[in-house]
Amino acid sequence: MFRTALRNVLAHKGRLLMTALAVMLGTAFVAGTMVFSDTLGQAMKNSYSKSYSDISVLVTDNSAGSGATARDRSDATGAELTKATVDKIAALPGTAKAQGVVGGFTGVADRKGVLIGQAWQARGANFNPDATGQDSRYPMAQGRGPQKSGEIALDREAASSGGYHVGDTVRIAGNGPAVDAKLTGIFTTDDPQVSSGGSLTLMDTASAQQFLLTPGQFSTITVQAKPGVTQSALQTEVQTALPQGTQFIVQTGEQLTADETKQISAGMSGMKTMLLAFAGISLFVGIFIIANTFTMLVAQRTKELALLRAVGAGRWQVTKSVLVEALVIGLTASVAGLLAGIGIGAGMQSLMKVFSAGMPTGPLVVAPVTIAVALVVGVLVTVLSAVLPAIRASRVAPVAAMSSGDQPSTQKSLLIRNIIGSVITAGGFALIFGGASAGGENGRYLIAGGAPFALIGIFILLPLLSRPMIALVGPLLARLFGTPGKLARRNAVRNPRRTATTAAALTIGLTLVSAMTVLGASVGGAVDRIVTKGMVADYNVTTANRMSMSPELAADVAKAPGVAASSPLTNVYWELNGRISAISGVDAKSLDKLLDLTMDSGSANSLSQGQVLVSSERAKRDNLAVGSAVQIGYGDGTTGTVTVGGVFQSIDLLSNTVMSNAEIAKHAKDDVDIRDVLVRGTDGATAALQQSIKDATGKNPVIEVKSQEDMKEEFSKIISFALNMMYGLLAMSVLVAVLGVINTLAMSVFERKREIGMLRAIGLDRSGIKRMVRLESVVISLFGATIGVLLGVFLAWAVNGTLGSSIPGLVTELPYGQLLLFLLMAGLVGLVAALWPARRASKLDILESIKTD
Amino acid sequence: MTTTTASAVQTGQAAARATGLNKVYGEGETKVVALDNVSVAFPQGQFTAIMGPSGSGKSTLMHCMAGLDTVSSGSSMIGDTELVGLRDKQLTKLRRDHIGFVFQAFNLLPTLTALENITLPMDIAGRKVDKVWLDRVVDTVGLSGRLSHRPSQLSGGQQQRVACARALASRPDIVFADEPTGNLDSRSGAEILSFLRNSVRELGQTVVMVTHDPVAASYADRVIFLADGRVVDELTNPTADSVLDRMRRFDAKGRTS
Repeated sequence: MFRTALRNVLAHKGRLLMTALAVMLGTAFVAGTMVFSDTLGQAMKNSYSKSYSDISVLVTDNSAGSGATARDRSDATGAELTKATVDKIAALPGTAKAQGVVGGFTGVADRKGVLIGQAWQARGANFNPDATGQDSRYPMAQGRGPQKSGEIALDREAASSGGYHVGDTVRIAGNGPAVDAKLTGIFTTDDPQVSSGGSLTLMDTASAQQFLLTPGQFSTITVQAKPGVTQSALQTEVQTALPQGTQFIVQTGEQLTADETKQISAGMSGMKTMLLAFAGISLFVGIFIIANTFTMLVAQRTKELALLRAVGAGRWQVTKSVLVEALVIGLTASVAGLLAGIGIGAGMQSLMKVFSAGMPTGPLVVAPVTIAVALVVGVLVTVLSAVLPAIRASRVAPVAAMSSGDQPSTQKSLLIRNIIGSVITAGGFALIFGGASAGGENGRYLIAGGAPFALIGIFILLPLLSRPMIALVGPLLARLFGTPGKLARRNAVRNPRRTATTAAALTIGLTLVSAMTVLGASVGGAVDRIVTKGMVADYNVTTANRMSMSPELAADVAKAPGVAASSPLTNVYWELNGRISAISGVDAKSLDKLLDLTMDSGSANSLSQGQVLVSSERAKRDNLAVGSAVQIGYGDGTTGTVTVGGVFQSIDLLSNTVMSNAEIAKHAKDDVDIRDVLVRGTDGATAALQQSIKDATGKNPVIEVKSQEDMKEEFSKIISFALNMMYGLLAMSVLVAVLGVINTLAMSVFERKREIGMLRAIGLDRSGIKRMVRLESVVISLFGATIGVLLGVFLAWAVNGTLGSSIPGLVTELPYGQLLLFLLMAGLVGLVAALWPARRASKLDILESIKTD
Repeated sequence: MTTTTASAVQTGQAAARATGLNKVYGEGETKVVALDNVSVAFPQGQFTAIMGPSGSGKSTLMHCMAGLDTVSSGSSMIGDTELVGLRDKQLTKLRRDHIGFVFQAFNLLPTLTALENITLPMDIAGRKVDKVWLDRVVDTVGLSGRLSHRPSQLSGGQQQRVACARALASRPDIVFADEPTGNLDSRSGAEILSFLRNSVRELGQTVVMVTHDPVAASYADRVIFLADGRVVDELTNPTADSVLDRMRRFDAKGRTS
């Protein structure tokens, strides 16, 4: 029987090609994902562990610098790492060397004033020369290290992308106004943060402290152990030498490496899981194609199988022969898929190198588990998909060998199938409806549980749905395309199971695509409205990395020509009625020119009397109303009582509690964040004002001046990026679905050879035959796509129902244009899939086809 | 009655006519001559049967004359139209508008009803159906009650009658039937054959039928005998016995020669 199976595979090479391709694409996706993420992860781990190789212990002050949040700072004791701390650690018996490091955000402008690299990886640090005037961490490639204020050194990538040479004047900026400095040196570094698209600016220690921290302060201390002293022993020693404070973290080099490795692994496995999910979708789509192929093959081979049974093959042997066939295909396709996947992994790596030059690269990692997973998954999916057809094959009665060659036209009843499908669909829909009305996280779980049931239920019902849905377009087809249109429509519903399975492959992709699209449009629309809700200011000034700005910068913005009113939006974390709460600060006098607060009660003007405003949510939760007294624990350690002067409807720009900046300043330590500066112009939002604000910050490359439109766009860009990525990943499953359509059509053409010959004989020309096949393909594709779009919209609507509480103003928005475009594209997919089968059908020789055998 | 045939050819009343038709398959060693200089004419309003043993070229002759197959040399005409040299598109149109076909099996599209199958050639051509004629044809085949049935709901004989109705529905110049009773039991076969004869006698159609069954041939007005790709004899107003008699003689000749 094994030989029979092998012979069958070889005999039907052409017909099995699409199936094999589908399996191959799926496994290639899986293998490619694994190879790529393993390779990238390994390369990143290597580069990070190298960067900690000369650190035995690292002391970090979490509250140092502008990168620290207001919360970190309000938690801190006020103690700092100073030269004294460094000396104390250096004097420890286990210490070979201790170095104070200054680090923080430093942006570098290129010659046009644009920030070099990514804002969140633009860093500054101190150049710490030893006796020879060198710093072993930063070997100078050109020039020398910075020695005094006004001098800097840049890493080679930043210097070259900014077009800077030693001796040039370079504009740099922290969180305050930008300053100009002279470039004295260009160095190389293998710091992964720098090499992966950031920039590193070196200053002499005093200037760095001045610029990034406070004079005399260090953000971290690196300690090297004496030979024979373990890292953990040194860690214990170092701990005793530190000032009191929870802000100080002491970690060994091993811990750092382990943490970093863990983080990379977590990041990688997140990416890997997501990609594998999409690979899984492709494979799932593949299942339909494989099952369909084997069902068709078994049907075509009824006589052959019956003959096998007649000459004495047992049922199990027949089943086995079909399964062996599947095994051979699965194995062949998986091996091909694995090889293709390794190719994809390698290709992705070089692609990444093109797009972000700094990404660490390394040798291709093909883990044994990758090979195993790709092969096992490919073979399993193929064989399992063939199980049902294989069992069906064994049910062929031996007597069928003797019956005439006509295909049995009787359809097995769909009744049981429809009942099962209805029950599962109803269950799924009930869960989804329940989830939508329950709302919140629980609702989402219900929907996540219901969606697969709804999808599977609909798949089971697809044969039932195919007739009425395709009948809808029947008159149109007949009117537009005449007899070929009519025949195409009849052919499409001729074998509802086959049509359903073919369409289902497209349904999956379209369901996901349209659900994502509707969700994206709905959330995007809601976010659009939220982002700038209550904002009447023309511009919002922020830092590119959403870091705190210095008060000087806010003051500079206020003084810019053309500014009618401005206010920094400050942020502090203080105790309110015994609980740490976020408090927003705004200048009371310019509030009404910048923000339009809808007051439920009280007045926004109460801010200027030192009262606070609370949002309606906060008021409800804490039982507050106008006149309520609130206990407050200020940042400077004092306490007091403030009165609620008004209740406002919350907006995205403000926390739930609002005070005036003047009031905050009175009681603040140095724990005030300025994240936004709102600006209103004398002539509204004009390009001139935007430029004037930019100029006022000293052309600081880190500062962004955003209009309301820019703010909205920022979010819609994130959404459309996410959507585009989804589309790209789902394209693979659509591709597999296309293979399925090609496969079904090719099989149908083969089976209907005689009909096609007869049609040709009685006068349908080649183009008519082609049109007939193409239209059938388009009809099937559109059927699958329409169901998918409907299901997707329904799911998105349900998910929106659960998001309502977290995104106020969320309504389901249907991007009709896009949904229509998806349908059109599905139609196009059908057309393209039919190209080859239609050609084949039209090329059939009439006499050969109608020959009676 | 050879003279009748000759005069029909001369007066141009032939619905289809072949002159010096040659059909050769393969080359050199494997060369097979399927038709060897065949000249034959099928007069209008006549029921002609083509007979001959397997491999005699009877089906090939029909295929060549019906525009389903190409000829190696010679001329083949339907009415006044020369088939040789026509391109596929023109041949398709010719078949659609001027020729009716009845095959041994698989005549019908399973997705269409009996009526839709009958009107299929007109639908393809986008022509209006001649209602009166259609009713007459349907009536003659006796299918009135079953027009909305699918082929799978019809017996083999009924299916062939639908096929005959389709072949006649567009009032073609000539109907070619290739072993139309080959797959049927003798009673259903007899029904089909009388129907074909009636369509000639009562509806004035022209029918050419390929068969190897002497009984079937006896329904025709004229029988043409083919052997080894040549027309070897013909018989008018045949009976089953006279046809069988002729066949035996060929066999005997074949064996002795």
